[in-house]
Amino acid sequence: MEIEEADVIVMWGSNARNAHPIFFHHALRGVANGARLWTVDPRRTGTAKFADHWLGLNVGTDIGLAHGVAREIIAAGLTDDEFIANATTGYEEFVAFVEPWTLEHTSSVTGVPAEAIRDLAHAYATADKAQICWTLGITEHHTGVDNVQSLCNLSLLTGHVGRWGSGLVPLRGQNNVQGGGDMGALPNKLSGFQDVEDDEARAKFEAAWECTIPPTNGWNLTQMFEAMGRDELKAVYCIGENPVDSEADAVHARAMLERLDLLVVQDVFMTRTAEMADVVFPAALGWAESDGTATNSERRVQRMRAAVPPPGEARQEVGIINDLAALMGDDDWGQPTPQELWDELRTVSPMHGGMSWDRLEAEGGIQWPCPTEDHPGTSFLHGRLWERPAQGRLAPFSCVDDRPPLDVLTDEFPLRLTTVRALDSYNTGVQTEHFPSPIRTGEALSISTTDAEALGLVDGERVTVSSRRGAIAMTIEVEEHLAVGLCHTTFHFPETTDINQITSDAVDPKSGTAEFKAAAIRIDKLASPVAEDRAAEDRAGDPASTNDPVGTHA
Amino acid sequence: MNEVPVMVTTMVEFTLDGEAVRVPEGATILDACQREGIDTPTLCWAENLTPVNVCRVCVVEVEGSRVLVPSCSRPVEEGMVVATDTERVRTSRRMVYELLASSVEMDRADPEVHAWMEHYGARPERMGDRSEIATVAQPVKIQDDLYVRDYERCILCYKCVEACGDDAQHTFAIATAGRGFDAHISTEHDVTLPDSACVYCGNCIGVCPTGALAFKTEHDMREAGTWDESEQQVTTTVCPFCGVGCNLELHTQDERIVKVTSPADHSVTHGHLCIKGRFGWQHAHA
Amino acid sequence: MPDLYFGATEEATEAERAAVAEVLVGFGAVTIRESERLVHAGRTRTRERRHLLLPALHALQRASGWISPGGLDHACAELEVPPAEAYGVATFYHLFTHEPPAATDTVHVCDDVACRLFGAVDLIDDLRAEGHHVKASPCLGQCERGPAVMVQRTGASDLTVTAVDNGSGYGPVAPAEVAVAIAGSASTPSVSLPQAGDPGLRLLARVGVVDPTSLEDYRAHGGYRALEASLAMGGQQVIAEVAASGLSGRGGAAFPTGVKWRGVADQEGRPRHLVCNADESEPGTFKDRVVMEGDPFSLVEAMTVAGVAIGAEQGWLYIRGEYPVATERLAHAIAEAYDAGLLGADVAGSGARFDLHLRNGAGAYICGEETALFNSIEGYRGEPRNKPPFPTTHGLFGEPTAINNVETLVNVLPVVLMGGEAYAAEGTERSPGTKLFCLSGRVNRPGTYEVEFGATLRDLIDLAGGVPEGRVLRTVMLGGAAGSFVGPDSLDMPLTLEDTRAAGASLGSGVIMVFDEQDDMVDTVRRIAEFFRDESCGQCVPCRVGTVRQEEVLVRLGRGASIDDERDLLDDLAAVMKDASICGLGQTASGAVRSAIDLGLLAGASAGTGGSNTDEGSAT
Repeated sequence: MEIEEADVIVMWGSNARNAHPIFFHHALRGVANGARLWTVDPRRTGTAKFADHWLGLNVGTDIGLAHGVAREIIAAGLTDDEFIANATTGYEEFVAFVEPWTLEHTSSVTGVPAEAIRDLAHAYATADKAQICWTLGITEHHTGVDNVQSLCNLSLLTGHVGRWGSGLVPLRGQNNVQGGGDMGALPNKLSGFQDVEDDEARAKFEAAWECTIPPTNGWNLTQMFEAMGRDELKAVYCIGENPVDSEADAVHARAMLERLDLLVVQDVFMTRTAEMADVVFPAALGWAESDGTATNSERRVQRMRAAVPPPGEARQEVGIINDLAALMGDDDWGQPTPQELWDELRTVSPMHGGMSWDRLEAEGGIQWPCPTEDHPGTSFLHGRLWERPAQGRLAPFSCVDDRPPLDVLTDEFPLRLTTVRALDSYNTGVQTEHFPSPIRTGEALSISTTDAEALGLVDGERVTVSSRRGAIAMTIEVEEHLAVGLCHTTFHFPETTDINQITSDAVDPKSGTAEFKAAAIRIDKLASPVAEDRAAEDRAGDPASTNDPVGTHA
Repeated sequence: MNEVPVMVTTMVEFTLDGEAVRVPEGATILDACQREGIDTPTLCWAENLTPVNVCRVCVVEVEGSRVLVPSCSRPVEEGMVVATDTERVRTSRRMVYELLASSVEMDRADPEVHAWMEHYGARPERMGDRSEIATVAQPVKIQDDLYVRDYERCILCYKCVEACGDDAQHTFAIATAGRGFDAHISTEHDVTLPDSACVYCGNCIGVCPTGALAFKTEHDMREAGTWDESEQQVTTTVCPFCGVGCNLELHTQDERIVKVTSPADHSVTHGHLCIKGRFGWQHAHA
Repeated sequence: MPDLYFGATEEATEAERAAVAEVLVGFGAVTIRESERLVHAGRTRTRERRHLLLPALHALQRASGWISPGGLDHACAELEVPPAEAYGVATFYHLFTHEPPAATDTVHVCDDVACRLFGAVDLIDDLRAEGHHVKASPCLGQCERGPAVMVQRTGASDLTVTAVDNGSGYGPVAPAEVAVAIAGSASTPSVSLPQAGDPGLRLLARVGVVDPTSLEDYRAHGGYRALEASLAMGGQQVIAEVAASGLSGRGGAAFPTGVKWRGVADQEGRPRHLVCNADESEPGTFKDRVVMEGDPFSLVEAMTVAGVAIGAEQGWLYIRGEYPVATERLAHAIAEAYDAGLLGADVAGSGARFDLHLRNGAGAYICGEETALFNSIEGYRGEPRNKPPFPTTHGLFGEPTAINNVETLVNVLPVVLMGGEAYAAEGTERSPGTKLFCLSGRVNRPGTYEVEFGATLRDLIDLAGGVPEGRVLRTVMLGGAAGSFVGPDSLDMPLTLEDTRAAGASLGSGVIMVFDEQDDMVDTVRRIAEFFRDESCGQCVPCRVGTVRQEEVLVRLGRGASIDDERDLLDDLAAVMKDASICGLGQTASGAVRSAIDLGLLAGASAGTGGSNTDEGSAT
């Protein structure tokens, strides 16, 4: 892993200590090798505690902070002018665009002391090899794509991209979210990231697949829910997704799914979405009961192998889909093996062309692009930007606006709620609730000492937490050093604490990702005996009470 | 421009058991032995951990050195003359096994440990009757549903401490406490594991060579007499819990997963996992 | 640095917090400005403070009589040290306790080889009978006035208890004297020097003469002239003089001091350290204590000369925790030297920086091993490191370090003042200069003696008044527990490095402990084996288990087992400990036992010498 050789590592909106522990282990090797570690996060997370420097910005001000860093790099003359001149576009415009983001202005917006912004700018710009890593702290905002682009600007200013040891590292939350994209499970892409709206690409696939592909992009998840609302989308085949628990503003999501004429769910568990379905296909586990591949965050395609047979009536997903196809009248699909499917992919996706099944077995994984069988795979991307002249499309600077979270703070909803992850749980908990984790502490709402005192709340107290969308009962966890006005909780226990009843329904129009990281809430003491009773019931479902703040232990 | 940097390595030449051998600068004597096919016993060494050279079972004779040297940590030097199978070496290696096996339960140690003991003719019983000599016998510690710590099997190789600390997990929940023969692996004030900093990554269990640390699943099956490695398969797959792509080795017996490890030589994990990868498999049998 | 977890259920007490705060004065917290949503922390800041862990543990122990969970967590939070690691460090040292204290004061009574000849075991019983909380201790470094007693106190400074010097040495301590000392009515014991006033003394010339608490008096007796001279001649010349003097290390290994210093001085551009090893813990050794108690400024001056010469800006004086008087005197001397501008940023106006940190051990013989000592200072367990690399390039904090014993360092003063050549003219050709010897056991005037190299064992014993009336010398433990026993036929051996080496013995730390025909040698040798078992750090298998098995054999011999039945096992234990242990402790742990067998000292238990594997023939 290249991060072990970096000089400066910036973890921005990523608590890899909890969410990507083994990646963080490589980052810490980098630190042991002399790298300086910076973290940017509203909370002083487990990750931040390892850092040389932690910058505790206000939730949703990442773009402002990035612009402030960019302006300081420019103002201090620390830009890589050769790289900017030869490999980028839009620099002059960008310089003018970020000009207002002085250290003082950035500090006033982000809450980060000016000297810290300056220090980060200088450390990042003057490093030989520097990496910026991010996770959902960047993407789960209504400005998620813009947030990413604001970080890309920093790498373009300094040439920290396309070189060994330097780069931009988005850490994927799921083991094959990259692979899903690789395979074309995106509304606008075919396999190997070829555009649906590219006639030539589409023609190639149509020839290979002997079918006609609709020439326009499909809907992303958010657009699908909107279409349900308009009754344009009437039937959904949902594979391995649990939107009832995972969608922000869950009440709305459930209502939309109820409008459907047909909901088919294919999953390894009887999820709450599956409970709503008209038809449920029990599926084999991808990682332990099926053969295939997964692509990790570093684009490394690796083999997944079946170790145990699926239980009961559960079946291989490929078999379910193929049988469905046959029942729908196309019985040409047959029962291809995973290797045959893979080989077919290699014929239509050039970046996978060189990855034979045998090579994947022998080499323990290959990073794409790997066009030919004698190609070793590609450790990092964008090296083309360092060719002279730079090859391909030059990298554009992005003049993206800093826009605060859409769920605005008001007197009625004065506190900012952000969702976080615990080390021992995964997303909505359906896969992790089955093992008896000794460090699982259940759901709690962490709140700063100052806010708790102001509201007259004590550690362990049950409260009502409400947002513009709903209200739930929760336990309070008072956390020293948490920023005033900030609250956080995990979302791993939807059956006892359905956080997504209160999270924001704002979405990023570009990515469709919901703004889980920024809801406006209020906290009220439990008023009625009824509420107390309900709270007691909720609590009985909690695995443990609260001697350890979720996430801070880990 | 997409190349990774190529390291230029200097080679060092030395004599190993009478043969001239060249190895890259920085290679240890053990590295050289492994390259040359000279089997060398190890206990505290592991390819994914920093050598601590405490067990002394890998010692070799180096010309000009008053005492034997640990091959696992000593870098080869130009012109060094190393002998790996002299009487002194054999005596010390045999004695290390005899000393350990006279004080520690070794029955669940890796099979090669037993092979080496036989090879060197170790007779731990000559240290005296078990009931009359010092041993580390003590009750097993079971304090949660995932881990078992059975320190009467602990040879104090420090591997678990390294895996919990700087070499992998950076949690530092355990350390060596006490001194001399009373030295032992402990949490602070010997608090229970759930009350300690432990985050149950299982990396300590992954590196334990003697079964002192075990997954509760394995321990329970051993106690029930159903653990049977000859009936087990190991399948390598990819962890489902995040995008890092950690390889998991699923150990299965009777179509059920019984424990999870990770390959030490894989660039993604170096053999180390987190709690989700190590124990999250239970949903497969939920 | 890491995301630490603090689980202690009790909070630290006010006294514990205050004690830790005092240790941290001048260093501040590891993380800063958390309230401003900005933290500067990280590995470097943590590393810069880790060395405060050992002082913090001392502070906690003194504040509340034990290392409480709350106190430990508090110190760990302040220093960002994982509690499990700190607990591992704390439990490494025998002067730290981990249960609520049984009493305010703990009386440590030495029952080691010398003191057990003089009623130590009975004294322990008597003190316990009077209600004292007593711990049997390995050698406390007061063998000239055994049985040695040290009182470890809560909320107050520790004490050394001695009986009154009756003119021909100290009488044995009585329980009443311990009670008086605890009540605070006893005066600080003075250093008693049998050779006091002898004009031939060099290293001991000021001991018992100068006021050890007065810089002025030290100067009046020639103090700080060597520093002045060394600053005038420059570091290179100082090292050249030391090299020319032929001075070699007095800690036991006898490595040429000039070579060591040159090696460190050559590491220009890297931060360098000078460490004084004052962890004098070899059973039977007390000479460094006598120098430090009687002439503390000389050590401070010598370290300053050495530090400036090799370009070390940081000096570390690591003294064993069982020397409260010497610690207090040195702390005072260091403070005085700072006040007088003889330490610090500008040593005596030379422009050179030399800071001197005083660190206390906490009851661990192994910390006298140089790399274990580094780990101890750094705040880790006192486990020796594998060598190479050597301290000259990778010492304290991984940086170039010269580490010298107290006696070695104080020799530097005459070397500088006389010149290396003049110094080399004394003693023998290969062992120039004078040497301090620690006479104890069955001699009339036990104590520290200084003689020119070349004196024989008999000369030394005669100097100490010979063996008491009616007793016959049977054997001498030479060099300490890590040394060996020699018989009466070795009395005419000159005590030089070369002659002892030729005889297969070692001067070690200068121990000459005399035993007579009535002494129980099986018990003595078993006690030595017990010492090594207790003091093994436990890191490597040969020493951790080997020392236990060796002691078990000696217990069996004491119960009448035959040496012939145990010989093979003892041979193999000796082989693996000597060949495969990490450090000198394990490598020498069998030496005294082997020599005792070879001399037939264990013959009371069984057969004596013979058998196939005896090397180097017996001396009897």
